[in-house]
Amino acid sequence: MPDIKAIFSKVDKRLLAGALIGLLFLCLWAAKAGLSKYVIFIISLIGVYIVAAESLNLTNGYTGLFSLGHAGFMAIGAYTSTLLTFPVKGRDLFVIAKLPVFLGGPEAAWPFLPALIMGGIFAAVVAAIVGLPVLRLRGHYLSVASLGLMVLITALAMNLRDLTRGSIGINSIPTYTNVWWAYIAAVITVYVVWRIVNSSFGRAMKAIREDETAARVQGINPLKYKLLAFTVGAFFAGIAGGLYAHLSGAIRPYAFSFNLTFQIVIMVVIGGQGTIAGPVVGVVILTILRYVLKPLEEALGIYGLVELIYALLLIVTMLRKPEGLAGKRVGDRKVALLR
Amino acid sequence: MISSEYLIQQIFNGIVFGAMYALLALGMTVIYGILRLIHFAHGALITVGAFSFYLFFMVLGLPFPAAIVLIIALGALMGLVLDVVAYKKAVGGPEVAMLITSLGFYIFIENLMKLIVSPQPYAFHAPEFLDRIYSMPVLTFRTIDIFIIATSVGIMVFFTLFVKRTKMGVAMRATAESGEAARMVGINISRVISISFIIASAIAAITGFMWGAKYGQISYNMGFMAGVKAFVAIVIGGVGSIPGAMLGGFMLGILEMFSVAFLPPGYAAYRDGIVFFILILILIVKPSGILGQKEVE
Repeated sequence: MPDIKAIFSKVDKRLLAGALIGLLFLCLWAAKAGLSKYVIFIISLIGVYIVAAESLNLTNGYTGLFSLGHAGFMAIGAYTSTLLTFPVKGRDLFVIAKLPVFLGGPEAAWPFLPALIMGGIFAAVVAAIVGLPVLRLRGHYLSVASLGLMVLITALAMNLRDLTRGSIGINSIPTYTNVWWAYIAAVITVYVVWRIVNSSFGRAMKAIREDETAARVQGINPLKYKLLAFTVGAFFAGIAGGLYAHLSGAIRPYAFSFNLTFQIVIMVVIGGQGTIAGPVVGVVILTILRYVLKPLEEALGIYGLVELIYALLLIVTMLRKPEGLAGKRVGDRKVALLR
Repeated sequence: MISSEYLIQQIFNGIVFGAMYALLALGMTVIYGILRLIHFAHGALITVGAFSFYLFFMVLGLPFPAAIVLIIALGALMGLVLDVVAYKKAVGGPEVAMLITSLGFYIFIENLMKLIVSPQPYAFHAPEFLDRIYSMPVLTFRTIDIFIIATSVGIMVFFTLFVKRTKMGVAMRATAESGEAARMVGINISRVISISFIIASAIAAITGFMWGAKYGQISYNMGFMAGVKAFVAIVIGGVGSIPGAMLGGFMLGILEMFSVAFLPPGYAAYRDGIVFFILILILIVKPSGILGQKEVE
């Protein structure tokens, strides 16, 4: 009786997912009641990173592009949402520009959710503008162009002092993000990525990843799907940036630089590119590792130890298990046996 | 008003910086041509080259030629090690895998340098005979500038001859054209790749010395932007073309110098940003670069 089995497995999967999410939030509720503020902060940070890593997975894992600009999109989201939500009273004190009339006027500050979404939209628009010319090309142009975009955004954040306060950054951001915001966003992101990946869009993306020419022959327009992946990825990166800003309460241009981009890329790769669970696994393991090693790093006075270990893990993963911790080895993907 | 002396001076500065970009681009384009790999770790070799010169010359007090020979040897060795450890396994897999591995090695080397030399920048003194200042009516320069230009041009000529005339050079070009066809006619691709890495890395290491001597300071993360900009130079000149890489390097140097010299002071901070803006502009207008051919698969 195959159809009953199919229905059963389908129901089972949904039930399982629902039960897992329920369990997750039960755990979070328990954690919130019992654990220290510092630990809660780390747990929330994991949620924010899941949003960032899972969205990067859409471009890097499923579409076979290699974007290095995620931190730039996070910066856009962080600055946009911060400038929108910053309380009116504090704006004079901290020399932050008041909102122009079309955004609500000088006496207005946006609520958190619309500001967050606005940050995501702005990041997506920038991604579309840059993606349109760059994604037409094959090869690794996107890696360098997106890296360049990130440098450009960091430079803007450093130098548009009237808007961003330059390298001092913006402090005293209202800390709206808590465990619930972080994990609801994470669950939504995972769900959206899962839906995209299991739709015709996702199949087209994977076809492009495996062989662009073959995908083209099938009538798939690579630019369309690459652009979609890149833009949706940037949208969620913007959301992640906004969440991060309202979690840590302070943003500086350098917080959204190479280190952040690398960190997220490493999380996705170690966890397993092109899998739903991979980025989550990578984020959880590497974030916990970071905060476990941090006291050691400080005690020994060797700063950079965490990054060194991250890089080492990345290299070992690439050489030993390139599909990542959660990934499955898909046949023999060797293309040209050069050696 | 912009005087012609100022203009000449800025063009000269641009050429000096461009020579260094060109050298880096040269190595990277050879590797990109053969492996389709943006060799991020190339930047790390600049840092290693600069710091090992600091160690050999300033700390250990070796004579200048010995220090230069040593850093070239060290760079070559590192290229070989990178090739054997990192890429021997990754070659032939998905192209992205190599890119990630390369990035991993860059981050690893950078952070290792950070642990060893501390995050503080170091003052870097070129030997006295390279640090003399000459003032002429139209131009003021230091001997290091002449050293950079002369050495770079020398290396470029030498390299072009190597690629055009020697058996190994022909093998390199053949491999870049088509790895499989090259293998079929009996070229030892493994060796070609190793030699490319060795040459490119040796050039990067000596560029590290020039970079330090020109800027007067070195730090653990100096190589990254240099490496990435070298790739921008490759795109400007045309991917896959060795003369294009050199031309692109010089053009990038001059463009960058002009963006600092002729834009209002507030914009100088956008120096790196402008470079990437140019990149995106070129990718829109003429993605094949000045001397390159359209990349077809």
